[in-house]
Amino acid sequence: MLPLPPNHSITVDPAGPYRDQTGVNAPRDFAEYRTTALRHPKQPLILLPQRLTEITGPVLGEGRVTAADADLTLVNGGEAQGQRIIVHGRVLDSDGKAVPDTLVEVWQANAGGRYRHAGDTWPAPLDPHFDGVGRVLTDSAGNYRFTTIKPGAYPWGNHHNAWRPAHIHFSLFGQAFTQRLVTQMYFPDDPMFFQDPIFNSAPEDARARMISAFDYEATQDNWALGFRFDIVLRGRNATPFEGDDHDD
Amino acid sequence: MTEPVSDSGALAPRYPVAPGSNFTTVPFGQTPSQTVGPYLHIGLPWPDGPDVVPAGTAGSVDISVTVLDGNRTPLADAMIETWQADASGRFDHADDPRGRRTPTPAGFRGFGRAVADATGTATVHTVKPGALPAENDMIEAPHIDVGIFARGVLERLVTRLYFPDETEANASDPVLSRLDARQAAKLVATATPTGYHLNVVLQDENPNGDETPFFEL
Repeated sequence: MLPLPPNHSITVDPAGPYRDQTGVNAPRDFAEYRTTALRHPKQPLILLPQRLTEITGPVLGEGRVTAADADLTLVNGGEAQGQRIIVHGRVLDSDGKAVPDTLVEVWQANAGGRYRHAGDTWPAPLDPHFDGVGRVLTDSAGNYRFTTIKPGAYPWGNHHNAWRPAHIHFSLFGQAFTQRLVTQMYFPDDPMFFQDPIFNSAPEDARARMISAFDYEATQDNWALGFRFDIVLRGRNATPFEGDDHDD
Repeated sequence: MTEPVSDSGALAPRYPVAPGSNFTTVPFGQTPSQTVGPYLHIGLPWPDGPDVVPAGTAGSVDISVTVLDGNRTPLADAMIETWQADASGRFDHADDPRGRRTPTPAGFRGFGRAVADATGTATVHTVKPGALPAENDMIEAPHIDVGIFARGVLERLVTRLYFPDETEANASDPVLSRLDARQAAKLVATATPTGYHLNVVLQDENPNGDETPFFEL
């Protein structure tokens, strides 16, 4: 017999509290990205009212992140090849509220577009001083920042002459299971966007939110180029946030 | 190497450059989801990822999940994440209306993360969660929320795992009881010598087929 929970009824908002804005995410069946073909449900998803398991989530980071995890360019006693960059921004929810103290995980290819992974066989050299993994926590205002090198573009087998635009993978938790987000950060004016089905799987109006902005203010003289990438998780209101005071 | 200090005190010039057609001011809004891709193993696994409770915790169980595609081919490049209440049905989280509480057993993290092996199977090490209060004095049966990530999955897929030794609680669970019996049965794990196992089938054309029920949150 399971122990009965305390007699404490909760309220459930069938549509929340955390909601996706409309027109944000890709259709799960996106034919041009061929691997989706056998990996998407054919049956309609079932609406799960958000109860205790959904409105809570892991609080991670303590003991999981060191200062060195914020610099991907210093590995194995040497410096990574490539264009040194600083990537920074804020993690917010779609109500415009900062998400403090949340774990941000990143991984990426090296300057030649090669991943340190047994499954990556394209003939660009590995860099002994680049692993391509970083972890940071946002501060109390939701800011994060790390130093890395600009990843290269690389070919893949999706279609003839298919190339992924340069990108950095981002993984975010937010404060609830329902806020979890894995996305990719792209670079401004990448000439490879036009033929990439992963980037273009996102609805047209939302795509540009995945493109970082060159940030001269964050660029450090004689050291590194700056890029800004603000990440917006689902919030508690489905209607888009109006106004610009989300920016600092 | 340390950051060099510029030896020039000259200010950078600013030229009025007209933005081209690609220049956009991005309207504020939610960031789209993208696939984890094939190389998630670089960035996401942690050595203790599968340990929702510390190794050796009394009463701990292995929970294995096998992920299969529309051809029933295992997803050897999948990753699962799990989130659950502790053994007494509590969350150490500010948004639990009953308040935060130090979890039981000691060292319980609530969150698990594991990558699949060649058979598409990922295993976390945890304790069975307690039941949870729900609206209108209903009770949620012990369950684990399971997120599935993989190459070719553009947005996390979410399902739930329930327990085969909770027949009575499962029958009155507000989520399971709203599914027809065949669908509900797919979310109930089977007992194994060391814990529980769930098969997750990503796709079936047939509405009465094998596809696992997935949830929209």
